[in-house]
Amino acid sequence: MRQVAIYGKGGIGKSTTTQNMVAALSEAGYKCMIVGCDPKADATRLILNKKAQSTVMDMAREKGTVEDLEIDEVLLTGFKGVRCAESGGPEPGVGCAGRGVITAINFLEENGAYESDTDFVFYDVLGDVVCGGFAMPIREGKAKEIYIVTSGEMMAMYAANNISRGILKYAQSGGVRLGGLICNSRKTDKEFELISELARRLNTRMIHFIPRDNQVQRAELRKMTVIQYSPEHPQADEYRMLAKKVSENKDLVIPTPMSMDELEQLLMDFGVLENEQEAAA
Amino acid sequence: MNRAIKDTQKMIEEVLDAYPEKARKDRAKHLAANDPTGQCSTCQVKSNIKSRPGVMTVRGCAYAGAKGVVWGPVKDQITISHGPIGCGQYSWWSRRNYYNGQTGIDTFGTMHITTDFQEKDIVYGGDKNLSAALQELKELFPLAKSMGILSECPVGLIGDDIESVSKKASKELSIPIVPVRCEGFRGVSQSLGHHIANDTIRDYILGKGELEKSTPYDVALIGDYNIGGDAWSSRRILEEMGLRVIAQWTGDASINEMGIANKAKVNLIHCYRSMNYICRHMEENYGIPWVEFNFFGPTKIYQSLRKIASYFDDRIKENAEKIVEKYKPMMDRVIEVYRPRLEGKKVMLYVGGLRPRHTIGAYEDLGMEVIASGYEFGHNDDYKRTYPDMKEGAVIMDDATLYELEEFTRRLRPDMVGSGIKEKYSYHKMGVPFRQMHSWDYSGPYHGFDGFPVFARDMDMTVNNPTWGLIRRKR
Repeated sequence: MRQVAIYGKGGIGKSTTTQNMVAALSEAGYKCMIVGCDPKADATRLILNKKAQSTVMDMAREKGTVEDLEIDEVLLTGFKGVRCAESGGPEPGVGCAGRGVITAINFLEENGAYESDTDFVFYDVLGDVVCGGFAMPIREGKAKEIYIVTSGEMMAMYAANNISRGILKYAQSGGVRLGGLICNSRKTDKEFELISELARRLNTRMIHFIPRDNQVQRAELRKMTVIQYSPEHPQADEYRMLAKKVSENKDLVIPTPMSMDELEQLLMDFGVLENEQEAAA
Repeated sequence: MNRAIKDTQKMIEEVLDAYPEKARKDRAKHLAANDPTGQCSTCQVKSNIKSRPGVMTVRGCAYAGAKGVVWGPVKDQITISHGPIGCGQYSWWSRRNYYNGQTGIDTFGTMHITTDFQEKDIVYGGDKNLSAALQELKELFPLAKSMGILSECPVGLIGDDIESVSKKASKELSIPIVPVRCEGFRGVSQSLGHHIANDTIRDYILGKGELEKSTPYDVALIGDYNIGGDAWSSRRILEEMGLRVIAQWTGDASINEMGIANKAKVNLIHCYRSMNYICRHMEENYGIPWVEFNFFGPTKIYQSLRKIASYFDDRIKENAEKIVEKYKPMMDRVIEVYRPRLEGKKVMLYVGGLRPRHTIGAYEDLGMEVIASGYEFGHNDDYKRTYPDMKEGAVIMDDATLYELEEFTRRLRPDMVGSGIKEKYSYHKMGVPFRQMHSWDYSGPYHGFDGFPVFARDMDMTVNNPTWGLIRRKR
């Protein structure tokens, strides 16, 4: 069983990319599970073809305690047998979402959600590792490999670099490794080259470049992955390619995050940042 | 430098020798030989700073100070331990703050009320739970005069907005609700909790009570928690002096009393450490002078009576003298009985923030000598008040460790040790006569003329108890 965590800036397309990739892996015969680690709970809707599934924490709140919960109530099966769970959590501004992730993952583990014949478990994690709870999926005994979804936009690259910093910490203590960057294209200038270079600097590689295509949007509106909605579409093949590369990836590294200055220099080299003044602004 | 100081310093150094270098240097600042004159620069201890990890401090936390000491004893307030169950459970009426009233009807002192946080309250926040609790409590206990929300650690960690919950519920339920941000991780000891609690009294209760008429003899008794009935025996003396005690904080206190102390002519403060803050506030904002007094043992009581009387007219001053005259024979009789049994006995004290100095006089009345004394959470001003009351070369300890206490006991060989529940049983095992001086070992009162005979009897009972002879004292 390979446990994989997907990180990246908020809104970059982690959930969409993860679900499409998982759909492709399942299509190829792998047994997969997705654990959504974001209180927004939108990491499984394309697989389950429904708005939002009942989450571990919401059910626990309803029943009183986590102990009263049955695994069947929160572990649902969707497209091609993909099993789905969502940690759930509070609306923004109250409580502790990080604790929700910890509680939910512990519950899934204790109740045997991780069956021995599972090939892949994917953790789809909230944009930033804001506290210990969101690092839960990469603690010891959990996900050993991480993919960062990014694009050629500056803030997405900042986030990728920051996440690498977090991975570095856990790499030293827990053995987690970076598998690569997934570029979810936003059609920015020199995006392919820029992300390839960013990956090189981070001591990894861009594992796949997913071109921008409206078909993703069309499928999403129908609560489906591209693989399910239009298996013949070229975009579906992109996700199949990504799935293949990830499943064959043996190149797991300890990242070498850059300093802020280095990152800005990189952006300037590629003409994304014009000059020092602009960088300061 | 004098011989006594030198000898003690040498002994302290020997005890410290067991520590690793860093710990030794750190702890050295907290232990000193007493110099009553205050001239010896190396005889001042450092205090009110973070405990060194690993030394097994017996300090409590901010919640312990706010709930266990200041707010807990207020009898007609419902004091809620907001958070997981443990903090409330283990601080459940542990200080024996007596009160009058029908528990569960108009008073709630011995009740344990908590919001009992579960995982879901951490994840989704505890505000809804708290609102529901306030609502239910109001329905269950309509005679409660206030509700206090005492924050435990998780409430601060997850950022619950208990202030806004309080404000809203207070309006809806027409009852004062006091949110107290006393999360245990704040500060270095329970001392910050006292301060935080004082500030909430100031912000939510003080000045809001009703006092029908004022007299020139109105006083407030501040910082007496009525442990084993202490405040009652103190109050009796003050009333006999002709003073009117309009408020008694917070032992056996009502919320109304908490709200009218600002109308006192003088604030009389017993526990300076836990309540000086509110006295200073009343001094600055209402112009009320405050006076520290000490009702442990006749000598200190007589002195205190005269000191208090000096704030009033001749009638009160005469009354003070009359009281001394009246009670002196009784107190002398107590001394007559017990002094021969206790004369020359040596005492070591390690208590909270007041008693390490306040009880010295009472021991001396019985012919006993306090040879070492220390505070768990005293501040600089507490130590300044302690040095002159102790003999040259006595040991002064701040935030002492169990090792230090044991070592000092072994070397100084006190005839009695007075400290807390955490020390009690290790001293029992050492075979050293021990008295629990936080809650008077289930006895009391110790304050006032009623208290001294009990104090004397208890000390005799402890020191001269034949049981100790049956335990082999460790050398």
